[in-house]
Amino acid sequence: MLELKNITKRFGSVLANDQINIKIEKGTIHAIVGENGAGKSTIMRIAYGFYNADSGEILINGNVRDIKTPHDAIALGIGMVHQHFMLVDTMTVVENIVLGKEPGSQTSLDLESAKQKIRKISEEFKLFVNPDAVIETLSVGQEQRVELLKALYRDAQLLILDEPTAVLTPQEVEEFFAILRSMREQGKTIVIITHKLDEVLAISDNVTVMRDGKVVGNVMTKETNAAQLAKMMVGREVLLRVEKPDANVGNSVLKVENLTVINHEQANALKSISLEVKAGEIVGIAGVEGNGQTELIEALSGLTPAANLSGKIVFNGQDITKLNPRKRKEYGIAHIPEDRHKRGLVLEFDLSENSILGVHYRPPAATSLGHVLLNDTAIQQRANQIIKDFDVRPPNSALAAKALSGGNQQKLIIGREFDLQPRLLLVSQPTRGVDIGAIEFIHRKLVELRDAGCAVLLVSAELEEVTALADRLLVLHEGEIAGEVDPKIATTEEIGLLMTGGR
Amino acid sequence: MIVGDNPIKAYGLLIGSALSYPVGIGYTLFYTTPLIFTGLAVAVAFRCGLLNIGAEGQLYVAAFAATWIGISAAKLPMILLVPIACIFAVLGGAFWGAIPGVLKARFGSHEVINTIMLNFIAISILGYFTQYHYKTPGDPIMQTAPIGANAHIPRLGQFIPGMPEFIPLNFAFILALLACVFVYVFLWKTKFGYEIRATGLNPTAAEYGGIAPRKQIIVAMALSGALAGMVGIHEVLGYRYVYYDNFSANVGFTGIAVALLGRNHPVGVLFAALFFGMLERGGIPVDAFTEKVSKDIVDILKALVILFVAGEAMFQMLFSKLGVMKEQ
Repeated sequence: MLELKNITKRFGSVLANDQINIKIEKGTIHAIVGENGAGKSTIMRIAYGFYNADSGEILINGNVRDIKTPHDAIALGIGMVHQHFMLVDTMTVVENIVLGKEPGSQTSLDLESAKQKIRKISEEFKLFVNPDAVIETLSVGQEQRVELLKALYRDAQLLILDEPTAVLTPQEVEEFFAILRSMREQGKTIVIITHKLDEVLAISDNVTVMRDGKVVGNVMTKETNAAQLAKMMVGREVLLRVEKPDANVGNSVLKVENLTVINHEQANALKSISLEVKAGEIVGIAGVEGNGQTELIEALSGLTPAANLSGKIVFNGQDITKLNPRKRKEYGIAHIPEDRHKRGLVLEFDLSENSILGVHYRPPAATSLGHVLLNDTAIQQRANQIIKDFDVRPPNSALAAKALSGGNQQKLIIGREFDLQPRLLLVSQPTRGVDIGAIEFIHRKLVELRDAGCAVLLVSAELEEVTALADRLLVLHEGEIAGEVDPKIATTEEIGLLMTGGR
Repeated sequence: MIVGDNPIKAYGLLIGSALSYPVGIGYTLFYTTPLIFTGLAVAVAFRCGLLNIGAEGQLYVAAFAATWIGISAAKLPMILLVPIACIFAVLGGAFWGAIPGVLKARFGSHEVINTIMLNFIAISILGYFTQYHYKTPGDPIMQTAPIGANAHIPRLGQFIPGMPEFIPLNFAFILALLACVFVYVFLWKTKFGYEIRATGLNPTAAEYGGIAPRKQIIVAMALSGALAGMVGIHEVLGYRYVYYDNFSANVGFTGIAVALLGRNHPVGVLFAALFFGMLERGGIPVDAFTEKVSKDIVDILKALVILFVAGEAMFQMLFSKLGVMKEQ
């Protein structure tokens, strides 16, 4: 139905798409996989008219078409749902759906006819949402349905979905797949851009693998497996599940007692949480984002203002509830933040300067003149060591952090925190936006740290990651610990149920 | 050319008179010195993410502080009085700069508004003090009584062969050069400067790194005010020897242009201040010795430079937006 022929696209000196050839058959679910920067989003945006290709052709049902803007794409029956939803929180579902294509005359908006059409589509594809609901009140899964309805309302025959399951619980993913299957039965064509190999294998009919701007494989899903796909994506054999020896658990390092945190909306983000992490173990916190994970890590690292916090945090027998982040670091608590751009790095600083963030005020960073002057040689030496040990590329400490890819930025942060030889590591979403090759590396490093006797508290929205790495798994739901499971034996359904609050 | 005069002659006069030795250069550097101070002041504040529009008020407060101690402690020997007066100037500027810093740190109120308001407050209050408390009785000019002779800092003409002493270029110029070195070392070689720069670029990451952004704001504004305050040393201790009401020819505001042109870096500020100083000096002979070109041409030139520099920043922003689109 959609054929991309020899599409080439350059951005400045970067060749994002190099002679891309993809054939998407009508009535199939087609997955496009690749690491960050492989070019999969770019090629689909060209199909949707966001970008214009430098050369090549787009064929719809055998005819060459000129798609210059999303308008053209929509007119041809192509719809796109982005990873970050484009919805107006304060408007209702129907208002969002008709935005840009409002029915009625210039002066009066005819929402009734729109609602009728929406109800029809909802019936057809089992996408049930209340048209009068305000977006703010909807769950993420429901918001996604609204986005799908938006595309279907404009009579999309081909739907492009960018990382559609990034924010869904396992149950919601199942429901979502059911919707996709019914759409396929109704004759729609679906393209999914994703990096989640297990989902690709579960739902798609065909897979296109991209790497470094080129197509490296077009296979039928039933003829391949995860290992093969990963190998195509990365270019070498990839260990998909980290090898983890049994934990050698020691004394209690972190004890949280009845921790309650209010967020900036004065609501309880954490409701009297208690947990414990011992030396030599990884305690995982699973849960859909927004259930208190951020607040938990920030409270433990000292970033929460004291007024918003009540309860007790004990580290190696000492009450550290009132200590600031600097002191906690001195005690041996390291923190790999969930948002590396917001919290973890100063993007305009070079790697050397970023490598001392948090320890810049004491030796070895600051040595002369009563610990005031920075010791550039020592700083650079240490930075180079971290870059080497943690495979940061390109290995140039004079580069600005923003020049590095997400995975390499993350490796730098991890190297920086590991260099402190911490007793407790707080780590949140360690491999978000990171390529498969780097994910393997980071997971290995975390296990190594655990085996060296560090206590690790790992928060991750990626169920696979947290079940693979954790020795004990807690599930957070609406600020409370919904339950604890043994990650070796618990099923995805069990965990998924806890994630949505069922017990 | 539009005005009808010979442009080559006009520019020749402009540059020639700015660079001629000894009088031209002397005056150029004299005009440059306060611009170095205010340029550094704005640059330092900017490195912490703050817009200090209050250099003008800060330098007035500093000048008055220096004048006050110069009059009150006139009996002290020079070796004590000069450094003390300099310290008073620096502290006066730091104090006036710290006020908007504290207001932002405590209440989040924007420093642009507060610094502008404080400019008016400073000039008015100090004008009052000058008129009613510190003026020599019978003096028609709005200025304070002169400071003691022991508070004077020497004119550079004393040390440079061939430079006449009537040129007001004074020791403050040396202090300005030292200030450039200090700001460079402070911002890039000390942990305090690291904390200020981190706060300016990413306060959330700075907080994660154990830095308190609110403290940095106050420190940066105080330091900024202190640098602006050094204009008081140049003006009062080295030139007029009195606090002269409204003495500043908008040096505080020109400092913003200097910082912008100099990319908020001490070396850049030095050259930018020099450039503006040359324009200031060169404008006078251009006015006097051509028939139609007036001193305003200098202001037009300054404005054009600022427009182009600001325009360049706009182009850079445009390019980086295109770059962001690329990555997606």
